[in-house]
Amino acid sequence: MSASISTPSSAKPSISTKLCIDASFQLQRDNFTLDSTFTAPGSGVTALFGPSGSGKTTLLRCIAGLEQPDRAHFTINGQCWQDEKINLAVHRRPIAYVFQEASLFPHLNVRDNMRYGWRRIAKQQRKIQFDDVSVWLGLEDLLERRPEQLSGGQRQRVAIARALLTSPQLLLMDEPLASLDANGKAEILPYLESLWQELDIPVLYVSHAPEEVQQLADHLILLDQGHVVASGALNTLLTDPLLAISHFEEAAAVLDAHVVAHDKEFHLTSLAFDGAQVSVSYNGLPLGHKARLRICARDVSLALVQPLQISISNSFAVRVVSIDPDRDPSQMLVRCEVGGQHLLSRITRRSVHLLKIELGQQVYAQVKSVALMK
Amino acid sequence: MNLSQLDFQPVWLTLQLASITTLLLLCLATPLAWWLANTTSRYRQVINALVALPLVLPPTVLGFYLLLLLGPKGWLGQFTASLGLGTLPFTFAGLVLASVIYSLPFAVQPIQNAFIAIGRRPLEVAATLRASPWDRFISVALPLAKPGLLTGAVLCFAHTLGEFGVVLMIGGNIPGQTQVLSVAIFDHVEAYEYAAAHVLAAGMLGFSFLVLLTLYWRTGQHALQRL
Repeated sequence: MSASISTPSSAKPSISTKLCIDASFQLQRDNFTLDSTFTAPGSGVTALFGPSGSGKTTLLRCIAGLEQPDRAHFTINGQCWQDEKINLAVHRRPIAYVFQEASLFPHLNVRDNMRYGWRRIAKQQRKIQFDDVSVWLGLEDLLERRPEQLSGGQRQRVAIARALLTSPQLLLMDEPLASLDANGKAEILPYLESLWQELDIPVLYVSHAPEEVQQLADHLILLDQGHVVASGALNTLLTDPLLAISHFEEAAAVLDAHVVAHDKEFHLTSLAFDGAQVSVSYNGLPLGHKARLRICARDVSLALVQPLQISISNSFAVRVVSIDPDRDPSQMLVRCEVGGQHLLSRITRRSVHLLKIELGQQVYAQVKSVALMK
Repeated sequence: MNLSQLDFQPVWLTLQLASITTLLLLCLATPLAWWLANTTSRYRQVINALVALPLVLPPTVLGFYLLLLLGPKGWLGQFTASLGLGTLPFTFAGLVLASVIYSLPFAVQPIQNAFIAIGRRPLEVAATLRASPWDRFISVALPLAKPGLLTGAVLCFAHTLGEFGVVLMIGGNIPGQTQVLSVAIFDHVEAYEYAAAHVLAAGMLGFSFLVLLTLYWRTGQHALQRL
């Protein structure tokens, strides 16, 4: 396998001073306090992640103006929607809101549901066209149907289309997949990913499912009991040993990579990221195509020397940046750096001891399984 | 007796009264029901109780107080007199006013229940889709409350047809002005004109039954259970 490694420079979204979301909300309810302040990039997908009851939905509703917090401040890309003096009414905020349940209007058919918001914005503001959205979300054949004649996944697609047709400046999604079964989720996910590539709208995506976050988010905000625990780039936070998410059973690192070669003989596709190259099952993606790799902590083992004569072919040099106890007392969580990105390795405490793995040391990561996310 | 001699004026007058009352009540009860369904005001329960009063009061009690209120010595009576309208008792306008009050709960309650049943989600969705509060009311709340509005209208109409006590107290028995069907039947019976009473009474029985049957058919089994 060729060892040439190209460097994807500045592929990661950076928070510029202008293009960003600045939010701060305080709200007191009978048995719940929300006190959340965060800054998120003004583009890409930001996931609001946390256990149920952590205030994700309330936070999203505050941003939409559906809740009236005691104190609020919200600015997006230089525009202020809410502070001590300003408080835009819900219908004056250029948002699109996708609720957990599709909540289609039962008295309107699919077409009229989709046109509901579209008709209410000025013609010159209609940047997203009805026909385009119908095609993106595969709704062309459903336009005359009534909401009760649709499956759960179809309804949620209509709800997303309806929201997008207001040509929003911010897309708010409150666990849009949570009310769907596995089939419904699998049906919607590809649409979501292609949508976000198609449209340059910042997305705030509420979720309590780690796989969804790993697959969809660029930026992560972790919430617990109404407070922001951490906010940062996905790769940084998913691998931060101080955060609970890195100790989940399904803890994984997400790395940005791109397609560099195909090997038809062994049915493999090579993907490169700064500092390493890995192979996955052949997928036919064009060369240079950006892809997201998920590497689970439990699938990464460490070796002191580059292993030879081993069935695992995905092996590359990494530098150890932290070693922390994991939930299981026999396990340790080792965070490794490769070309500016991080991955996690879950190995036994004994291995750490026997191999004398130390901070700053260069070791070789053996990756048993790499999942291509998009 | 010869039926052609029968005076059908009370029938037309009654239909007129019921139609006008229903129209007025829809205009009045819909915003009131909307307010009651959405307000968190602590006076909400007071208004709810006031609206429901005609359901439990004997019509004579209602009629008695309306008579006092609208009469030459009542403050409403003095108000209407000062406007040059005269006093309302024993006029058709007085009958309409009394009917509106008497049938108010029959309009407000089904409409209020229909608004409550919508829940806040469809209205929140409409708000995020750029609909102003008034727009949300027109384009979402009203269409979704249609069965409730229909039930309210039909019940008002039917209930006004059947008024007797209030009408007698406030309207008296002036042919062509305030003599409605129920009063005319009472008159016929008093005068031993049973055949004429039968025609009107049976007609009313059949009509009322048809109205209710239509209502149940249109809105399913639960429309009246919500009351």
